[in-house]
Amino acid sequence: MSAPVIFDRSREEIEEEANGDVFDIEIGVSDPEKVGDGMNAYMAYRVTTKTSLSMFSKSEFSVKRRFSDFLGLHSKLASKYLHVGYIVPPAPEKSIVGMTKVKVGKEDSSSTEFVEKRRAALERYLQRTVKHPTLLQDPDLRQFLESSELPRAVNTQALSGAGILRMVNKAADAVNKMTIKMNESDAWFEEKQQQFENLDQQLRKLHASVEALVCHRKELSANTAAFAKSAAMLGNSEDHTALSRALSQLAEVEEKIDQLHQEQAFADFYMFSELLSDYIRLIAAVKGVFDHRMKCWQKWEDAQITLLKKRETEAKMMVANKPDKIQQAKNEIREWEAKVQQGERDFEQISKTIRKEVGRFEKERVKDFKTVIIKYLESLVQTQQQLIKYWEAFLPEAKAIA
Amino acid sequence: MEGRQAGKESKPSSVSVDLQGDSSLQVEISDAVSERDKVKFTVQTKSCLPHFTQLEFSVVRQHEEFIWLHDAYVENEEYAGLIIPPAPPRPDFEASREKLQKLGEGDSSITREEFAKMKQELEAEYLAIFKKTVAMHEVFLQRLAAHPTLRRDHNFFVFLEYGQDLSVRGKNRKELLGGYLRNIVKSADEALITRMSGLKEVDDFFEHERTFLLEYHTRIRDACLRADRVMYSHKCLADDYIPISAALNSLGVQEVNQLKMSFLKLAEFFERLRKLEGRVASDEDLKLSDMLRYYMRDSQAAKDLLYRRLRALADYENANKALDKARTRNREVRTAESHQQRCCQRFERLSDSAKQELMDFKSRRVISFRKNLIELAELELKHAKGGGTQDTWV
Repeated sequence: MSAPVIFDRSREEIEEEANGDVFDIEIGVSDPEKVGDGMNAYMAYRVTTKTSLSMFSKSEFSVKRRFSDFLGLHSKLASKYLHVGYIVPPAPEKSIVGMTKVKVGKEDSSSTEFVEKRRAALERYLQRTVKHPTLLQDPDLRQFLESSELPRAVNTQALSGAGILRMVNKAADAVNKMTIKMNESDAWFEEKQQQFENLDQQLRKLHASVEALVCHRKELSANTAAFAKSAAMLGNSEDHTALSRALSQLAEVEEKIDQLHQEQAFADFYMFSELLSDYIRLIAAVKGVFDHRMKCWQKWEDAQITLLKKRETEAKMMVANKPDKIQQAKNEIREWEAKVQQGERDFEQISKTIRKEVGRFEKERVKDFKTVIIKYLESLVQTQQQLIKYWEAFLPEAKAIA
Repeated sequence: MEGRQAGKESKPSSVSVDLQGDSSLQVEISDAVSERDKVKFTVQTKSCLPHFTQLEFSVVRQHEEFIWLHDAYVENEEYAGLIIPPAPPRPDFEASREKLQKLGEGDSSITREEFAKMKQELEAEYLAIFKKTVAMHEVFLQRLAAHPTLRRDHNFFVFLEYGQDLSVRGKNRKELLGGYLRNIVKSADEALITRMSGLKEVDDFFEHERTFLLEYHTRIRDACLRADRVMYSHKCLADDYIPISAALNSLGVQEVNQLKMSFLKLAEFFERLRKLEGRVASDEDLKLSDMLRYYMRDSQAAKDLLYRRLRALADYENANKALDKARTRNREVRTAESHQQRCCQRFERLSDSAKQELMDFKSRRVISFRKNLIELAELELKHAKGGGTQDTWV
């Protein structure tokens, strides 16, 4: 079991840079529209692609897709690329409760919120997928973006037979993982796995705290609105004219502040919270890819063991002098030698791919987080500045009480 | 947990007491100590009035003794035509103590820094509650000292000067129940009186005041409750920022790339926001919630005055009817006449003083609201400006 060749990392990075500038493709997911009635109803989303890449026939085009189409796309991409080491961005999660409300026709704010949350998540999913240079070349992805009719993905129905089977497979995999003791000869992989494990824990912790923040900010907004109303009522009752006016102004200020809180809660969620939950799922995909490498190694290992056994068998046959059995043994040895070579090639390939993928992933992650953190900080600062404006306008009103 | 009241500067004064520049009787709470389940206030008086044996003296009083004083005023017929300053609320550290205890029992998943911050927050909360209860008790005494009639009450002198414990044990069950029932009877009475046919309000001023106060009291109570909820939400936000800031710091420390600075900057910003939210919460509490709460109680005291006057009016009406009856029968006319005259005089006395009191109530209210709303706006501005400018982040 020899160590794979150590790659020239700086050359890899230069390749990345060059590739990075060529991508000119932008995806938008918009116009959620309810199709059908009752429990068979579904939401259709418009997927618009704007691109200057030559592989597409047009520079701007759009199609209608439903949620299960996205899941179907992910399923196809995952089955093709995950096991060879590509980090395939995970699709947004299903939600039976959320979707049922929409189907049943509840036109309230929680179902509009749900649809908007999903739309944004689908958009981010596609953006991440097309940013991946290998996935962008995939015909299934292109068909998803371009063709007007798409065969219905059936394996993604919640609680379907296939769904349950997949759950069982995942569980079995988890057990398998625990028993694979890989002789890690490359410290890079061990380091990276540990890094991602730490990152995962930290992100989960942060995400839980941010979810609490979103919840409390929404409460603050509701409470501020209620207070604004009662301040207005109090102002109406007050029989001292100037004080009455000041109280009404206070009510107006509080209403505007409520708006601010709502906008900030929106930013808290869509910028901060969703970024964190996206990355928690992305890291799960990264961990999956490392697991596949381990399975690949296991396969190679197993092939080597089998080859050894076949050689032993050959030796035994030679001693026992059984010419036809010897021939069979030689054939099997050749077969397994090939398998061992393939196993080694596969393992080297997946290791190489993972290194490249992790490099690309980290670059994306840094860019993503930096961009969002800057935007989020801006939103927080904006809120403070608006508050200043509102209170500055109110102060003279308070002073005017004679 | 023990707490001490420092100097005058640290007192939150959300209700302005119109002292009319009279310095012949100055009362303040110069010190306070919080023990296991009670607070001991040191009431200091400075006076050149002849009633007192010294120019300057202090006594130690507990909450129940303030209540005793308040009830003594309410039950005194002489003051029926006055707004009796509302009694200070009972010091209540239960919630705060429970929270501190829960924190102590521990959640092992939080870091030492987070724990220290949360402890700091809770201790500040405890201190704020303590300061507020001192202020409420002080304002009660100061209003009494400022009122030309109320300040001359014998019980007030005893309260201020008598060195020993006033032996006013906390209301026992029967007394509490009695007080509760009295309130029910009073409001039923009030409703009854005002609907009694024939009881016509003779004075437009009072008719207006009655309508106004009934509506005002309900609405200010609403506003107070909702202001409390807003303040509570701000506190929740401040608490939320603690683990977020800690998690961002951990993330920043673990990163080895350019993302490190971004995480650390965001962590720092959240720490600033935390302090800001905490201050906003406590300022809104003092300048808004507490003021609304005070005037909710004061408007209730004003309503009580109106009720007493209406009762006096009803008595007067009844005395008139009795006099008519006596005259028709020509029996005990003189008794009926003197009774009617007494009722009339009482009613007129109450009406006159009530009018003055209600006008004072209005001007007091306006001054207090103005002061607090200005201070609220100024503080909000100060906080928003302090936490807002962030120009050096990556």
